Amino acid sequence: MNPIGNSLAPFQRRRPISWQQASAVFAVLLLVVLAVFFLRWEWVPSYAGLFAQGLYCTILLLAVSCVAGFALAVPIALAIASGPLLVSAPAKAFCSVIRGTPFLIQLWLVYYGLGSLFPLFPELRTTALWPYLREAMPYAIIALTINFAGYEAEVMRGAFTSVDRGQLEAARAFGMNRRTAFRRIWFPLAFYRALPTLTGETVLQLKSTPLVATISVLDVFAASSRVRQETYLTYEPLLVVAAVYVCITGAIVFISRKLESRLPTRIG
Amino acid sequence: MPYFSHALDLLLGDTGWGRNLLFGLLRTIEIALGAYSLGLLIGLVGAYGKLYVGGAVGNFFILYTTLVRAVPELILILMLYYAGTDLLNQFLIWTGYGRVDINGLAAGVLVLGLVQGAYSTEVLRGAIQAVPQGQIEAGRAYGMHPLLLLRRITLPAMLPHAIPGLGNLWLTATKDTTLLAVVGFSELALETRQAAGVTKAYFAFFSAAGALYYAISILSILAIGKIDRWARRGTDVQKARVQ
Repeated sequence: MNPIGNSLAPFQRRRPISWQQASAVFAVLLLVVLAVFFLRWEWVPSYAGLFAQGLYCTILLLAVSCVAGFALAVPIALAIASGPLLVSAPAKAFCSVIRGTPFLIQLWLVYYGLGSLFPLFPELRTTALWPYLREAMPYAIIALTINFAGYEAEVMRGAFTSVDRGQLEAARAFGMNRRTAFRRIWFPLAFYRALPTLTGETVLQLKSTPLVATISVLDVFAASSRVRQETYLTYEPLLVVAAVYVCITGAIVFISRKLESRLPTRIG
Repeated sequence: MPYFSHALDLLLGDTGWGRNLLFGLLRTIEIALGAYSLGLLIGLVGAYGKLYVGGAVGNFFILYTTLVRAVPELILILMLYYAGTDLLNQFLIWTGYGRVDINGLAAGVLVLGLVQGAYSTEVLRGAIQAVPQGQIEAGRAYGMHPLLLLRRITLPAMLPHAIPGLGNLWLTATKDTTLLAVVGFSELALETRQAAGVTKAYFAFFSAAGALYYAISILSILAIGKIDRWARRGTDVQKARVQ
């Protein structure tokens, strides 16, 4: 992305699209028309509800895990960036392990592994938590949140350490205490700087959500798998679900562009 | 700790499942190495296509890298796997050879390689663009053949810029092999799941698999650090931060 592209855009003359772009658009349209005419779509009305339910589940998983994961990542990043060794060493180990192992293994460890330990504590069955412990959804949210926290803590650590020390010294010189300086200066500066990376990480997080289908959570990918199993159609449900993910990715990028354009770009 | 000693026996005992896990680890490393090499090859072609060839070829690579990076790997793998075997079989029936069963290893390498290729394209394109233009022009001025230019100038000069991205891609490749477990290839994740399902020691087995993956990551990071130091020799490029 051209750094000055945004600010100059309104003053530039709009260029007509080149013939390459026109041919690319034409090719994509041709593919869509071919897909509509030569593939079978009569299953769509009867499975639309299932897809809508799955889409809701995917977006819920993404939103909850990103917000909770980021909230968890900030203290971990702070611990690594400026904590004493007793705090920073475990935080570093956490990041390293989360980033060094595949998400699928983490998910299965949380779902099957924790589930298999419950019989060791029979008194759990009588607690109010038990109905939730039998569902798959909480495990999916926990695994996704922990995973996101591990990656984002590393991103935020980099952002926190990249903030100019002079900014923090100026904040202290103005008489702000550490907490106010963090809230007003350190965190906003680090967050602005990390925002483009966080967008990319959110898209990556979206792309790991379909794995929750392996622990029987009914997300949009699981909906397409069910269509595949029940109708014996291979391509159609996969094409629909791929298009759904491309659209969500587009929406994430669009929202973050809006957010970035509202922020002051030249700081310090 | 009866649970712990029992789990250890299941893993390392005479009738233990350690052998299966190690077999899975071997398959994982094989698939990752194959997919990564294929991805590098596609990436080099793709980077040249995007940078130096315009028109339909350039547009094709733009479409390829955009789509692959926007669609979840799991869905790409399913699509490429089903569509790939289907198309190949239809082609073979059409030419009169009859159906074949695709070798699992080859299909896994091919599918993951195509996914890796999209990311490699972007990493290598950025690295080639980071090479000072004068160096490539000087090579051309000496009358070097484009392939000689690639081998003597572009590849060595872009390598220090490419190592951080390529290192991260290798780590992704080793972790993405788990996605093949969902399609039913027996690699480390699937072997572990089967062993855990039979013995019911889920926690122990998934922890063990996690430890094996973590060992691959740690060893890889050490190796990437060495390669990075070697690639940066004699340049002022900054040290890579991998992972």
